[in-house]
Amino acid sequence: MTTVLEAPVTTKTLLEVRGLVVEYGRVRAVDGVDLDIREGEIVGLAGESGCGKSTVANTIMQILRPPAHVVSGSITFKGDDLARHSTEELRRFRWQNVSMVFQSAMNALNPVMRVGDQFVDMMQAHERISRRHSLERAGALLERVGLDKRQVRSYPHELSGGMRQRVIIAMALALSPELIILDEPTTALDVVVQREILQEFEALKHDFGFAVLFITHDLSLLLEFADRIAIMYAGEIVETAPAPVLAKSPLHPYTQGLLDSFPPLTGPRERLTGIPGAPPDLREPPSGCRFHPRCPHCRPDDAALYLRQTTERPRLREIEPGHWVACHLVEGA
Amino acid sequence: MSALEVRDLTKTFPMGGALRRARVHAVDDVSFALEPGKVTALVGESGSGKSTVARLLTRLYDPTSGTVLFDGGDAARLRRRRDILHYRSEVQMIFQDPFGSLNPVKTVRHHLERPLRIHRVVPHAMIERRVHELLETVGLVPPAEIAAKYPHELSGGQRQRVAIARALAVEPKVVLADEPTSMLDVSIRIGILNLMLKLKDEREIAFLYITHDLASARYIADDILVMYAGQVVEQGPVERVLGEPLHPYTRLLLTAVHGERVEGRRGTSSAAVDPPDGCRFVDRCPLAVTACHRTTPQLVETGEAHSARCHVTAPANP
Repeated sequence: MTTVLEAPVTTKTLLEVRGLVVEYGRVRAVDGVDLDIREGEIVGLAGESGCGKSTVANTIMQILRPPAHVVSGSITFKGDDLARHSTEELRRFRWQNVSMVFQSAMNALNPVMRVGDQFVDMMQAHERISRRHSLERAGALLERVGLDKRQVRSYPHELSGGMRQRVIIAMALALSPELIILDEPTTALDVVVQREILQEFEALKHDFGFAVLFITHDLSLLLEFADRIAIMYAGEIVETAPAPVLAKSPLHPYTQGLLDSFPPLTGPRERLTGIPGAPPDLREPPSGCRFHPRCPHCRPDDAALYLRQTTERPRLREIEPGHWVACHLVEGA
Repeated sequence: MSALEVRDLTKTFPMGGALRRARVHAVDDVSFALEPGKVTALVGESGSGKSTVARLLTRLYDPTSGTVLFDGGDAARLRRRRDILHYRSEVQMIFQDPFGSLNPVKTVRHHLERPLRIHRVVPHAMIERRVHELLETVGLVPPAEIAAKYPHELSGGQRQRVAIARALAVEPKVVLADEPTSMLDVSIRIGILNLMLKLKDEREIAFLYITHDLASARYIADDILVMYAGQVVEQGPVERVLGEPLHPYTRLLLTAVHGERVEGRRGTSSAAVDPPDGCRFVDRCPLAVTACHRTTPQLVETGEAHSARCHVTAPANP
């Protein structure tokens, strides 16, 4: 397909996740995830609450807390296995190589410290830099995200939610990381503010050239911003494709259902079906394909297919270059 | 006849401390009617006053001025406990958080029996059967099994269905739904919206659907009201308002959700403190003229029940 060929073919892989399995106690939140992020690429990771998308992000940042633990799999950043890093190396790796913006990041700021001082702390933890220089850089960064540089003197409570989220984005940029993880960065914000922030973020990405892992439940947002999208369901990636391909020809029934869950703002007003049922309880994941209890194409009529759907886990297979799907229906075709 | 009609509803709150004489104009001069078997969407961003409207309608707050016409009387002036109780059984509310609105130590059955008993909807012997009917109506089957469950045993979508069943128990004429899907997973939101559509058709309920999501408003509503800083800035049939928006704020919202570039000054939709005369959107408006700074525009009908509060796009004397 032409769209695949036109997709930016960036040379180097920045981050490589292989066979990642993460458990919280006995609950397997992430079950065998593979994910590549190339330099300068925007990868979207979409899924509903509890599908494991934030756990993937937290594992990349190496900030999992017990009872969460990595059972197997590896994460390499520019060829280095993160599991081999010492605590000190990891401390430097965060912010400097990879930084992260959370959904509730606006609450991540220390309420009793001026914004500027929080930049100073962060920068001085990573490099030898004077207070005055850090504040100057903080001011310049704030201007880059659409704030006034004088806001280094503000306390977080003096800023609106959108402004605080901008401060966090400025901090994430401060040490020029190669990868920024956005975990539902604008979900708590109003639509207009959300749009403004994403616009500015795109411009920043253009100038700074970092790669982005954009995690959200809002697939429509990813169709717009991401180069490539991975869809997660119940701890697994069920489909991944370049954004235009996913928008036009989604193959996994879950992806199709997800796309059919957003009512359109234009065109005919038709009844949508969404997806019946609810995401599974990961303490007892469904047998076979984890989506089969909700899948409109899983019916006992076709006995052979039904048996596979309910007992055998489908594996991700490349259907066309760059388009991977884990579904018995597609395999059979 | 309208199920409920709001006229010139206004609510101001005093500021605290040294500013105690200043007042926040949370809801300012809002009028609309809810019709049986129709969904009216009330959209706006955080702080725009949309939830305050819902609280005024449920009598959680008393309005500063204005009337709420219901059943031939002014519901805002009801004082007797019995009258208020009756009004509240006719005007039910569904909340955003299906986790917080159900009692965690009580079964589903308890939640549905309570309103039936308090409002004496059916004879005692019929209660069990009615509980099962309600659960089937909202798509929770098998009802006997669901009725015995506790909230934590249900998914978010199921809990919201229980909350809807509870609202239906007393056979209300009006249901106020305040962001009923925003805390639910994407894939199950449509199911809840479809349930509301089914109920308005089958039970002739008048719905007020409060949301910040224009797309879902278009999906289920017949009419729409757009609020900004406490005022309704545009209202009318949903296809007209979203298809040919008049107010620059409605246009801005649509641009943002369409994924087009938004321009212009940043600002907030929050309620204003002692707002001066003039349009509240003026600082962000690309169309502003002198009059916008001086006089507050009125809602002007431009045709087919479509009105907007804008000196430029809906002038009072064209």
